[in-house]
Formats: sequence, structure tokens, C-alpha cells
Amino acid sequence: MTLPSSTTLRIQHISKQYGRSSGHALVALEDISCEVSAGEWVCLVGPSGCGKSTLLHIIASLDRSTSGSIEVHGSIGFMFQEPTLFPWLNVQENVGFGLRMQKVDANVISQKTDTYLKMVGLSEYKPAYPHQLSGGMKQRAALARMLILDPDILLMDEPFGSLDTQTKEQLHEDLERIWRETKKTIVFVTHDVYEAVRLGDIIHVFSSHPGRIKTTIPVDLPRPRSSTEERFLRLAQQVRNELDNEPHDRV
Amino acid sequence: MNYRLKKTLRILTFAIILLGIWEGLFALHLWPVWLFPAPAAVGKTLLRGFSDGSIPVAILVSIRRLLIGFFISIVIGTLLGLFLAKNKTAEDTLHPFILGLQTLPSICWLPLALLWFGLNERAILFVIVMGTVLSITISVKGAISHIPRSYLKAGKMLGAHGFLLYRHILFPAILPSYIHAMRHGWSFAWRSLMSGEMLFVTAGLGQLLMLGRELNDLSRVMAIMAVIIFIGFLFDQTIFAKLEKNLKLRWGV
Repeated sequence: MTLPSSTTLRIQHISKQYGRSSGHALVALEDISCEVSAGEWVCLVGPSGCGKSTLLHIIASLDRSTSGSIEVHGSIGFMFQEPTLFPWLNVQENVGFGLRMQKVDANVISQKTDTYLKMVGLSEYKPAYPHQLSGGMKQRAALARMLILDPDILLMDEPFGSLDTQTKEQLHEDLERIWRETKKTIVFVTHDVYEAVRLGDIIHVFSSHPGRIKTTIPVDLPRPRSSTEERFLRLAQQVRNELDNEPHDRV
Repeated sequence: MNYRLKKTLRILTFAIILLGIWEGLFALHLWPVWLFPAPAAVGKTLLRGFSDGSIPVAILVSIRRLLIGFFISIVIGTLLGLFLAKNKTAEDTLHPFILGLQTLPSICWLPLALLWFGLNERAILFVIVMGTVLSITISVKGAISHIPRSYLKAGKMLGAHGFLLYRHILFPAILPSYIHAMRHGWSFAWRSLMSGEMLFVTAGLGQLLMLGRELNDLSRVMAIMAVIIFIGFLFDQTIFAKLEKNLKLRWGV
């Protein structure tokens, strides 16, 4: 176990370029450095194409950086923008998948699956197949599938991006509760300013072309936060101003 | 009346009407009997063929060849498809070559097979395999290349590496396309087999069909055609269509 104040994730001078050889190198990320403490919830906000998602993939070793280094203390769980539940498995089998890969005893898998399905409120949907679930339920199942492996760090890549506002808010509440109970470290990518202010301890605002951390804004509002509070709105406006100074995605 | 029964009744009615039209045309005596036999005559030939054992034996011989050829094709096609999907050089060089070869009708392999193997069982197996294996290869390659990358990424994040990734992500992800490829391959194999059997004489349904022609016995030709259609339909509908339907229900596609 790491101490609550210790650094869980250290990102140093990460850069990522595409098409190095062709001369027209596209710089996706330029000299990103930041640290994440254990139990901290960090949000990465930026316009699309700013490389925030690429950074998350690099942290998870799903992608490679051109230069720089990353130190990770602890295990990693990843949640994708699309639910990526496996359509050939039902909800129970999807959630138990990671444990099955570790050759865990079937009874233990069954017990743990029950626990985590309960945690995300899907106990009644054990035998359902992914196509029978709504978008929000799919992401709940994907969340349980990640949490069951008990990772220290949750990397979440716009996991609620395609959900309607109401479902999103419900999931924010639930994720915040789970985060409080499990004391995970979270790095959360979003392009939704309200979502970032609602959830993050710290917000790194990215600029694009090339992707860089432009500003870092701490959010010292008490939880759970309400988007109708004045201080919330002020902070959201501050983040938005940083983003608005950004040229929007150019074709 | 439930839906299933209604459907069966409708199909039966349709068949009876078809037979009625056939019988009616026959009764008009528009064509000589040896060119246009009555349905009853075809039925009688069919019964005789089954009772004297010639049709069942031919069916067994043909299906045995089909199964062996199909099995070889599945094994080679799957491995080759996997190789094409995973090896960039092979994808760039061998894949277009295979796509080209696939356009060759399988019966065009027969002269080559006869020269290589002689007039024997191996020649006909070769024709079946050549008619089937390329289509399976191309389908398997396509299916693997089109697996959503997100499944592979998710699998890796959940600890499925190496063999586990193949066993638990790659294989189930291509299963619907794989079954579709097998269904396709099966019909290719069946066609190749029939053409092969008709062109050089050995036991089997194709040969029985040609025998009908040589004897100028059209009722025999039609009876064997009916058997060939029925077997093709039976395998397609009872095995492959069912497998595909079950998977589709589960996947919700």
C-alpha cells in the first residue's frame, strides 16, 4: 500500500509525434509533465485532438510516447469511451473476465462479480447480454469489469461522453461514492467542463496543436458539488475561458 | 393456429401447387415423355434408387468426400487467414495473389489435378479444397482485420495476453464471421464436388446424375437433382443457418 500523500503517477516530459519520417510531423503531445498523488482525482480537459486521450493510452502502455518517461506505482485499470463490453459474454461473464484471465477459482469469481455488480447497481442484469443494456448500464458494467481487478489507478477516457445528462449525473454520483469508498486514484479525460469541475480535485487544461498542459486549476469545492452553486459556475467559467482562447479544431 | 404451423402449411400448399402445375403441363403433352417426365415418374425413380441402394451409397460417398475436403479446407484456410491478418508482408504480397486465384472457378483446377494425381480420390479432394480454402482464407483474414481494436485493447487491459488474447478475444470476436465463412465454404465445397464428380467417373451423386444423361433417363436426372438440392439445403439450413441465428440472437445483431 502506498501512503495517501505519495506520488502514484509521475509523468515527465512526455512527447508524442506521428509521421516522424515524412517531414510533416504531427505533434500530438509536447513536453507533458505532471504528478498525481495517491487517491487524487485528476481531470484532463481540452478540445478534441489535443492529445489528452493519447496521454491516457501512453500511461496504460496501449500507445508509445516518442520521448519522456512515466513512472507508475500500482496497477492500472482502463475505461474506454465506448463500453467495449464483449458481445459474446453476458454481463456476469464480462465483469468476471479479468479474474478468469488470472485463473481465479470460479466460486471466488462468482462472489466477487456479485459484489461489484451490486456496487454499480446491476445485480438484476447478470444474465443480460450487452445489446440488451442501455448506454448507461453498459458503462456501469464496464466500470464493474475494471473495478473487480482492484486497480490502484483508474484511467478513464471520456467514459460518459455519449450519455444523456441525467444518466451522466447519476453515474457521477455513483462514481464519486465508489471513489470515496475505495480510495482509488483517478485520471479522468473529458471535454465537458462541467463534468471536470463536478468531479476533479485538479483540472489540467490542455491546449491543442501541439497538445500541452496550458493551465492547472485546483478545484477546492466541497463534495458532492452542485452545478448551480455560484463558486462552481465561476470555476467552470474560468476553465471555459482557458479553452475559449484556444483555436478550435482546424481541418 | 400458431405461426409455425401456419408457415409450414403455406410452404406445403406452395409445393402442392408447383407439383400441380408440373402435372398439368405433363398432361398437356406439349413435349415428349423422355424430355419432360411426370412428377410421379420422378418419384418412382427416386423410390427405386433408395430401395436398390444406389442413391444412399452415392450420398455416403459424396458426403464423405465433402467432409474430408471441407475439413482440410477449414484447417488450412483458418491458419492461412490468420497468417495473412498478422503478417504485414504476407498481407501485401500473398493476399492480392489469393484474391486473384479465388476468381478461378474451382472446376478449372480439375485438369491440373488429373495430371498431378491421376483419376483418383485425391484429384477430387484437391478440386474441393481449391474451391473452398481460398474463400475461407479470405473471410478469416477479413474477419480478423475487422475486429474492433477496442475489444483487443480492452482484453489487454483485463490481462488477456498472448494465447489468452487469441482464445478469449480474437476467436469469439470473429466467430459470427467465421461461421458465415464456413457456410459459404460449405456451399463452395458442395459445388466443386458435384462438378468434379460429373466430369470423371467414380461413385457419388455427380456420377449418378451423368449416368442418367447417358441412359437418356430424364426422370433419373431429375430425381438425383432433387437429392442434390435437398442435401445442400439440409446442411445449410439445419447446421449453418441455426448456428448463425443463435449467435445473432446472443450478440443482438
